[in-house]
Amino acid sequence: MPRIIFVEADGSEHSVEVEAGTSLMQAGVANDVKGIVGECGGSCMCATCHVVIDSALAADLPPISDDEEEMLEFGTAERFEGSRLGCQILVTEALEGLKVKVPG
Amino acid sequence: MTLNRLVILGAGHAGFALAAAMRQAGYGGSVTLVGDEPGLPYNRPPLSKAYLGGTDHEETLHFRPARFFEENRITLLAPERALRIDREAFKVELASGRSLPYDNLVLALGARNRSLAIPGSELTGIFSLRSAPDAAGLRAALAGARSAAVIGAGFVGLEFAATAAARGLAVTVLDAAPRAMSRVVSPETAAAIQRCHESLGTRFVFNAQITGFKARDGTASPGDRVNAVRLADDTAVQADLVLVGIGAAPNGELAEACGLEVSNGIVVDNGYRTRDPAISAIGDCAHGPTTHGHARSHRLESVQNANDSARRLAQILTTGACDAGDPIPWFWSDQGKMKLQIAGLGGPNDATVTTGSNADHMTMRFRGGRLICVETINRAGDHMAARRLIASGIGPSLAEAQAGACDLKAALKAA
Repeated sequence: MPRIIFVEADGSEHSVEVEAGTSLMQAGVANDVKGIVGECGGSCMCATCHVVIDSALAADLPPISDDEEEMLEFGTAERFEGSRLGCQILVTEALEGLKVKVPG
Repeated sequence: MTLNRLVILGAGHAGFALAAAMRQAGYGGSVTLVGDEPGLPYNRPPLSKAYLGGTDHEETLHFRPARFFEENRITLLAPERALRIDREAFKVELASGRSLPYDNLVLALGARNRSLAIPGSELTGIFSLRSAPDAAGLRAALAGARSAAVIGAGFVGLEFAATAAARGLAVTVLDAAPRAMSRVVSPETAAAIQRCHESLGTRFVFNAQITGFKARDGTASPGDRVNAVRLADDTAVQADLVLVGIGAAPNGELAEACGLEVSNGIVVDNGYRTRDPAISAIGDCAHGPTTHGHARSHRLESVQNANDSARRLAQILTTGACDAGDPIPWFWSDQGKMKLQIAGLGGPNDATVTTGSNADHMTMRFRGGRLICVETINRAGDHMAARRLIASGIGPSLAEAQAGACDLKAALKAA
């Protein structure tokens, strides 16, 4: 199973194994990563699974849909380079070692 | 009285969110969460959406893993049920025979689906949808069905209809009202939703008077499989599978039995307190004052209300007050390729301004010239902008919208 490293706002890291096909939001919630809430259950509705991914790896991620784009633009307190919604990214083998930062 | 023993009845969205928010707020006393379903508390919205059409395991629905409850010292009693509240003794009697003492009791009891008491209701193949087992049963039944009837053109019914139509079933949606989602959205948005469903092949029967269900041989003995829905005009709608989604009623019995006021929900003040200062109510079961919409008080069934009322109550219980204002209600519904989003609360006589097409629709609703509600289909940015514009009262006026000022994202950026 691919290993994902969640980095909480205070810098603490959680390295967890995630079954392929699981979303980053589900993985964050299941491993109790602080700051990943997933209030709407993964419907791209609440932006409480906002994460920031090293933009060098952006090419390996699914593209940002129109819905996600608008939620990032109007639903987050601040948008960063590499901002994504965790519920929209399903983990694949290609994402082994991905660092996922949770903004403060 | 110092709060040391918090008991929460109900482990749905509101009950779970309150337990988590109390710990986040630094509360150090005990938290006991009593839920009537077995297992860990879980997320309900996916049940009528992704979960129903997919292959996800039930574990993916859990709010948090078991470890979270241990680490946060949240005692989960499930499956367990409260039988009686003894207000004088500050105790809750449980079905298991245990008795739970409390300093503060929070009722997050939710609502339950209304059922249809008509001939044939006992037939196999007639479902309602609220719990994970309901969804698992419905998902299994979908696999073998060729046609489905949906009774009630509301959130759950239409979400299911879209899933069933995508699976190739012949779907008929029946509603006693003259249009879809009649209690929730404007006629303009209802029409756009209806057209989207019709483009998937779904048929609507409005003003439907349903008289019963029948099995293939025309009888309706319990245990037989449903084959059709009967209507008052003697017509019938073929269905291997029926979903009844005609709304829900608040679980107010426990409160009523201990002398608390119940009127379309457990009556609370603007701090979620019942008239017993040691007992509060939040989420779907609570009826409280509001500054939104047309009524002075209301009961909301929504994830947003469950979460917001839980967070606000946690702040009140830990600090004595809440600094956030009356939160703006919002709702969403995923129906096939449509994402319907509603910000604010509309009413029957609102003035409206509609823009866009069926698949990219927006209706703004106004009262006294002020923007109070925005309904959108597949316009997430406008929805998010609308929440902020309505909450701060800076949305376009009716006159401005009629003159073409309908770009809410631009309005927010300019504000």
